[in-house]
Amino acid sequence: MLELYLLLGFMIVGAIIALEAKDMVSSVIAVGAVGLGTSIAFLILKAPDLAITQLTVEILMLIILIRATLRRDLPFSTSGRWLLNTVITVLFLGVFLAVAYFAIKDLPRFGSPIMRVAKIYIAEGLKSTGATNLVSSVILDFRAYDTLGEATVLFTAAIGVIAVMRRIGRKTEDEKVKADDE
Amino acid sequence: MIYFLCMVLFAIGLYGVLRKRNLVKIILGLVIIEYATHLLFILIGYRMNGRAPILAEGEVIANIVDPLPQALVLTAIVISLGVTALVVSLAIRIYDRYRTFDITKIRRLRG
Repeated sequence: MLELYLLLGFMIVGAIIALEAKDMVSSVIAVGAVGLGTSIAFLILKAPDLAITQLTVEILMLIILIRATLRRDLPFSTSGRWLLNTVITVLFLGVFLAVAYFAIKDLPRFGSPIMRVAKIYIAEGLKSTGATNLVSSVILDFRAYDTLGEATVLFTAAIGVIAVMRRIGRKTEDEKVKADDE
Repeated sequence: MIYFLCMVLFAIGLYGVLRKRNLVKIILGLVIIEYATHLLFILIGYRMNGRAPILAEGEVIANIVDPLPQALVLTAIVISLGVTALVVSLAIRIYDRYRTFDITKIRRLRG
């Protein structure tokens, strides 16, 4: 389990660098490193489907985020109540981590899941769906409505992106100035 | 212990969302929170010395890892991509309108 600890440490360092880096392209690339670390962690945790999906999604997400940050840089600025805000945030995070520490004591110990629901899926999976990959038998057969909902959410998000980003039917800057003058 | 490291990753993302003033940094904090959540689910479903949930001929299926969280997280990863794309497109539009990513300045320019 040492490699998992090392990988999580790498991801934490990457996340801190991503949030504290001065220019935005390097912070986006640091988040990409965190995502690829997640992909390797999925591979170690015996989830190959997730590792492949995470890799693809990570590369798409990097493209989207770099599109957002390209040639739009912002110098770091501090306001008056910087110290007070930071102290409040750190206090809140301390309380959060303390609650999390007591909450994860109630979880099943690492390495021994309960698997009350999954027992049926493992026993019936091959016989009733014909899929040797149990993950695909769960998402496409036992919980197909879940996947239908996922597709709905995804298409809604795509329609939202198209509606926000489209150029047709939107006033250009000159027209906007002219309309303000009138 | 490893769960707690995952929660530390979550807390770093939360710090980014709460404390950063740059809109892109806030989005990056959200992305980090998503990674931490996905990783926590998979960690809960892991079985020590387990096998991937793929059946093969003549295999003992006693020590298979939990396939249910894997299926749920597979759904969540794809949805998180859609959500991130939507948030980024809104951020690009805000930049076009106000010429800045600083959330305090955006508030000041309202109206």
